[in-house]
Amino acid sequence: MDLRTLTYIVVGATFVLYIGIAIWARAGSTKEFYVAGGGVHPVANGMATAADWMSAASFISMAGLIAFMGYGGSVFLMGWTGGFVILAMLLAPYLRKYGKFTVPEFIGDRFYSRKARVVAVICLIICSVTYVIGQMKGVGVAFSRFLEVSYEVGLLIGMVIVFFYAVLGGMKGITYTQIAQYCVLILAYTIPAIFISFNLTGNPLPQLGLGSTLSGTDVFLLDKLDQVVTELGFAEYTTNVRGSTLNMFVYTLSLMIGTAGLPHVIIRFFTVPKVKDARSSAGWALVFITILYTTAPAVAGMARLNLMQTIEPEPGQYLAYDERPQWFKNWEKTGLLGFEDKNGDGLIQYSANAETNEMVKIDNDIMVLANPEIAKLPNWIIALVAAGGLAAALSTAAGLLLAISSAISHDLLKGVFMPNISEKAELNASRIAMAFAIAGAGYLGFNPPGFAAGTVALAFGLAASSIFPALMMGIFSKRVNKEGAIAGMVAGITVTLLYVFQHKGIMFIPGTEFLGGMSPNWFLGIEPNAFGAIGAVINFAVAYGVSNATEAPPQEVQDLVEHIRVPSGVAEAHDH
Amino acid sequence: MAFKSEEDAKAYWKENLSLVVKLFIVWFVVSFGCGILLVDLLNTIPLGGYKLGFWFAQQGAIYTFVVLIFVYTIKMGQLDRKYGVDDE
Repeated sequence: MDLRTLTYIVVGATFVLYIGIAIWARAGSTKEFYVAGGGVHPVANGMATAADWMSAASFISMAGLIAFMGYGGSVFLMGWTGGFVILAMLLAPYLRKYGKFTVPEFIGDRFYSRKARVVAVICLIICSVTYVIGQMKGVGVAFSRFLEVSYEVGLLIGMVIVFFYAVLGGMKGITYTQIAQYCVLILAYTIPAIFISFNLTGNPLPQLGLGSTLSGTDVFLLDKLDQVVTELGFAEYTTNVRGSTLNMFVYTLSLMIGTAGLPHVIIRFFTVPKVKDARSSAGWALVFITILYTTAPAVAGMARLNLMQTIEPEPGQYLAYDERPQWFKNWEKTGLLGFEDKNGDGLIQYSANAETNEMVKIDNDIMVLANPEIAKLPNWIIALVAAGGLAAALSTAAGLLLAISSAISHDLLKGVFMPNISEKAELNASRIAMAFAIAGAGYLGFNPPGFAAGTVALAFGLAASSIFPALMMGIFSKRVNKEGAIAGMVAGITVTLLYVFQHKGIMFIPGTEFLGGMSPNWFLGIEPNAFGAIGAVINFAVAYGVSNATEAPPQEVQDLVEHIRVPSGVAEAHDH
Repeated sequence: MAFKSEEDAKAYWKENLSLVVKLFIVWFVVSFGCGILLVDLLNTIPLGGYKLGFWFAQQGAIYTFVVLIFVYTIKMGQLDRKYGVDDE
């Protein structure tokens, strides 16, 4: 059976599985459906959270970025997992105790101000839309490859599917569907990694394979990789720093606190029964995320090695363009892989030197999807990877779109501007908001501000600079008041957005970047994707300054802070 | 159920913060310390085929994070029971 048919069958089968489980879970027990995860064990909730959280950035993009950055790609690995520690210890238990259902609602109540709530909604929408652009890039790459069309057509098809998927809605809310999505996603990620690790090193565990010797030799895989890439003039894989040590530090911090500030992740911890379940759910979520995140570096290193050795099997012996493998031809069709025979010898010369390099385009986001083909694995594995990538992208995109639409319809319309809005009108408003969000993110996705993981990193930076500090100060300080919180959020997100826009274009539209994307113009050499941490520092500083210059919060707000610090008595949380 | 006294509430919060601070020191050391600031130094030590600094940045820090959250969950459970504020 050819790959295309097989891909349709596997992707189709997983969709039938998700829908089937959704219907079964609904019919099986209406009560369980209404208590929204109330009866779900923390392990199950952790697995569902992991599916929700791991997106196209984690699945499709991250290992590809690490493959080309080497050590520098570690910022994603540490940043996106370290944030769960912050979430579990500093936010989740307290927000669970508080017991409301959206992040702007907490900010609005804690800072006793509708204005604070509106500012939080705006910040939430900016981060979530940026995040969805990253998902769209991933969806576009996946569809373009498997339908053998250009990236642009793939993106359009992806937009339509994401829209129907998100509007179907119900699928998202059911924990069991997400557990199924997690299983598909993790199998699709680990099975090819196990095959490749075993082929290269004889060790089936990718985490150990990366540190092993190549089969039949006593050369370590990473040493061989370092040697192969440096021979072509690339930086050494295991020591290649991204930008500078300061940049890596700030980038990692920005991703960590961004993780803890992202509304669609925080919401997951509102639905567990008790405070102690909020703590352990975060731990279980991280366990399931760790399986993918510790496999990713192995996928990255092995994919890079296989790619290099396909193009240049022995030093100085190049692959002839006419003999290029099928995967090469397929990716050329998408426009994401490009070859230009600069010296006219019909051979593919790949090097770090821009003048002589003939691999003129290798979009990093294709690596994970192309990896099983490059390693010559059987077709069913390649089809499985497609299904996994789509599960990751669609589940997260749908979750984000629901967060955006509920922020607009629930927090903004019902909460602030039109308190008397009917339930039906609220639902319609949320659907319209969702359609606009998809169209907007899709449009911006034609010119994404970076690779999928880089774009998602921007979203994290924006969350880090706006929502995270407000939540932290709301829990750990009784003195920060509404004036401080509002000024802090506005200052944090404004500084971060300005920095991003001046280097990446206003709303990422090419040609509008007034300071250029070049690194010499970066403040202290910090790249825009990493600037959220600086924005967060500004947010904290402004909030403390303004709060101390203005009146302390009223007594009942200070009592509220006392109240959320006590883990017991969750049921009484609505008293305030 | 709430605290028996104002002193209990203060003591509970203090113990909570001191636990969190300790765990965050470990969090910082394995990621920002071993994975970024001290990476060149640690890279001189091999761990199988890995350089140690590289291993911390791409493997070790992540495993430590998982352990930290579970230590926190267990210790906080004990603290809740000690002050009688657990929800059982």
